[in-house]
Amino acid sequence: MIPVLLILIPLLSGFISFFMKGESAAKTWSLFSVIITLIISILGLTILNSPAQLMADAEWQPLLGSRFTVKLDGMGQLLCLLTAISFPLIFIATWFTRYDKPNNFYALMLLTQAGLMGVFLAQDALLFYFFWELALIPTYFLCSRWGGEKRIPVTFKFFIYTFVGSLMMLVGILYLYYQTPDHSFSIDAFYRLNIPYAQQSWVFWLFFIAFAVKMPVFPFHTWQPDAYEQSPTATTMVLSGIMVKMGVFAVLRWLVPVLPMAAWAWGDTVAMLAVIGMIYASLVAIRQDDLKRLVAYSSIAHIGLMCLAIFVPSQAGIQGVMIQMFAHGVNIIGLWIVVELIERQFKTRKISELGGIAQKAPMLTLLLVIVALANVSLPLTNAFVGEFLMFTGIFTSTASKYHMIFTAVAGISIILSAIYTLNMIQRVFYGNTNTVTSETRDIRFNESLALVIIIGLILSFGVYPKPMLELTQSVTDSILTKMAFKHP
Amino acid sequence: MMFSGILSKSNILIRNIATAGVLVLLAGIVMDMSGNPLFNINTRNMLVFDNFGLLFTAVAVGCTLVYFLLSAPDMEKVGNNLSDYLALIFFVLCGVAIAASFNTLLMLFLGIEIITIPLYILTGSDKRNLKSNEASLKYFLLGTFSTGLMLMGITLIYGAKGSFDMDIIALGTGPLTPMVTAGLLLLMFSMAFKVSAVPFHFWTPDVYDGAPTVFTSFMATIVKVAGFIAFIRLFKGSFGNMHSQWQLLIAIIAAATLLVGNVTAIFQQSVKRMLAYSSIAQAGFMMFALVALNSTAIEGIIYYAAAYSLSTIGVFAILIKMKDYTYEGFNGLGKNHPVLAATNTIFLLSLSGIPATAGFMAKFYMLSAAIQNGQVLWLVILGVICAAISVYYYFRVIQAMYFKEGEQQEVQTTLLFRWKLIGLAAFLIFLGIFPEWLINKLWYFI
Repeated sequence: MIPVLLILIPLLSGFISFFMKGESAAKTWSLFSVIITLIISILGLTILNSPAQLMADAEWQPLLGSRFTVKLDGMGQLLCLLTAISFPLIFIATWFTRYDKPNNFYALMLLTQAGLMGVFLAQDALLFYFFWELALIPTYFLCSRWGGEKRIPVTFKFFIYTFVGSLMMLVGILYLYYQTPDHSFSIDAFYRLNIPYAQQSWVFWLFFIAFAVKMPVFPFHTWQPDAYEQSPTATTMVLSGIMVKMGVFAVLRWLVPVLPMAAWAWGDTVAMLAVIGMIYASLVAIRQDDLKRLVAYSSIAHIGLMCLAIFVPSQAGIQGVMIQMFAHGVNIIGLWIVVELIERQFKTRKISELGGIAQKAPMLTLLLVIVALANVSLPLTNAFVGEFLMFTGIFTSTASKYHMIFTAVAGISIILSAIYTLNMIQRVFYGNTNTVTSETRDIRFNESLALVIIIGLILSFGVYPKPMLELTQSVTDSILTKMAFKHP
Repeated sequence: MMFSGILSKSNILIRNIATAGVLVLLAGIVMDMSGNPLFNINTRNMLVFDNFGLLFTAVAVGCTLVYFLLSAPDMEKVGNNLSDYLALIFFVLCGVAIAASFNTLLMLFLGIEIITIPLYILTGSDKRNLKSNEASLKYFLLGTFSTGLMLMGITLIYGAKGSFDMDIIALGTGPLTPMVTAGLLLLMFSMAFKVSAVPFHFWTPDVYDGAPTVFTSFMATIVKVAGFIAFIRLFKGSFGNMHSQWQLLIAIIAAATLLVGNVTAIFQQSVKRMLAYSSIAQAGFMMFALVALNSTAIEGIIYYAAAYSLSTIGVFAILIKMKDYTYEGFNGLGKNHPVLAATNTIFLLSLSGIPATAGFMAKFYMLSAAIQNGQVLWLVILGVICAAISVYYYFRVIQAMYFKEGEQQEVQTTLLFRWKLIGLAAFLIFLGIFPEWLINKLWYFI
């Protein structure tokens, strides 16, 4: 019941929102809807968490052997919670941003949420593909309609990239479907498959390209900085906070356990791409003058680490990935809120034109510094837990001969991330004020509310990560068992 | 129908009679499918009304109904002879029914000709427009040529097998004799001409562009898929057991059709011409059914026929209302006519094969059939790439409608028309989420 509600509420309230008149009505309605979703998600996590309540199954396409099966497991719980938390935060933080045709904007946002929930919940490959695309279409319209100057070509590039990827995945899904003995799309049937290595190998790449575009992993990342830069900030938060997690999530659920042999064989290749991407993205981030692009590149670097930890697998590493997915989602939304604030006030995102904001807006600076430190994963923040686990995992992994090298290079990228993040703070917030920043006001209530919630999440999970570890334990085990590999 | 024009001068009455006629037809077919036919005619095995044929006829008649509902008022603008146009369309439907259920090559020939001859007239129906006349003549010349090829093919097959009956032709699995090969190839080429597959597609853009838009809509949808049904029926029925021998050739034609259709569509400036090329591209996808020729393909082709026809009819219905057929003509439509733009978006999404619309499941079935066949994975990959290319030109219309400001041209629509569009869009989404509603009917009727 819970998973069905998680999809249905945003879907229906999204459609209703299309027909609402007036800005405040649509806005309030959407906020109401996402808060209900959040409550249901929390209920599913705490009280109503018997297996029967966390699962729903219905006939869908009997001829094809596809069923409407949705289920919340540990990893699904975590990501649904992330989705459920993010949307209220985004709406609160951008409460005063004005949009042309606000009812359509909020409707599309809610539809995106429905699609994302579906992706994290689906247990049937065809259903998964449906939601995978369903999350993409509203985003396309959001970015193209309300984005920046170059939005149309940029969003189109993003769309074509992901669409090609998705179609590749569709071919892969269909191929696996015909390999299952009873022609079924269910994930369990996929898990039971035993395909010879030669076939696994090319099916692996069909899937991986789809997921790599979404994550994005070097060299499939070129759509990302442009898309983040041009999208309206609320959509950028969805894109970077949740949507990129779709890729990581999908690798963990649909790729590695289904095609373990290929994942082993190609693990080093993918890991190398991930490492190259991390270093490359960090170096580019250091040279960025635009705040949005800086955060975008830093996101590529973080995702690269997650990808690395999956393909150099180990118990700790994979658990770290799951926790980091949640942590990174929360943290990056925090960063975007600050960027949005700065852009709205000063009408510029150029680091070189800003400076001295701390003198005028101490509260904002304090909040930002905490979020930024979480972004470089300092101890006591939630990102530290995830990254620590991932590094431990990569370092101790017996899966790859080159695990030491990977650890070392990934470590360098963490240092680089400290460089660009702290450099950004220094140049934007400290130093002397100039003509642009002299009129700075401190943050509004709604923005500080969103940021305080984020910081609450950062610190509480940073100090006490145990619930998350427990939540992800069994999923990690089952993934590793399916990979026929369990680290002592 | 033909005579209703003499009886009444009121266009509205004629239109309603036509719509009622289609409804009666549809009801008759549905009764036929459910096992209690109104009457039985002994066709001496010339026509076999099996599930496949009946269901496709139902789809074609259903699409025509939608087409009448949406576009019949616009036919009046073409000329003064509304009843004649409608009568011609009914002739075509009769041909479609024959082409969907033939069991001898003679009936195939008859069906195809009944479809084509009225179309020559419809194409040229805009008498004062030179382009329309040119298109009609071009279509006629090339069409008769391909008819000649088909007749020659039939004769050769008759010479080799001694019968027109498909069941007898299908017998005898021996090696291909030159005569059968020649007959098969000629039939394949002439059918490829009818469905505008590359390299027999050159007539399509000119004819579609020249014909009055209302009739282009009909030609590009119902007529075209009827050609496919005849194609697949012929090749499955007569040459099914030689499949492996001609599969590669068909696969190459399919690949060429996909490539040429999609790549050329990118460079079009007029939406109408783009749709002409897109119809070639979609034909490439429908060729997958012929390449694969398994049960998934049979299910898929009927579904594809319905999904493609309905979406294209929708796009055309909106296009007819526009005065400027270029992409710029669509600029700003989203702001001034939200309903038109929103429904048009759904039709275009369906054409480009986005999930939750019928077009996705259609492509899904085609890809699925080809993968099941297993011989032609290269074609599948090519198909996927082409599907991505097609997104480019379909989305250009969406971009123009929503994201570009423009001088809005006068677009007159009635409230009823808008509701019909919404209904069609909703039906496409319903089909896209529950495709088995249609496909089930192929296996067990209610």
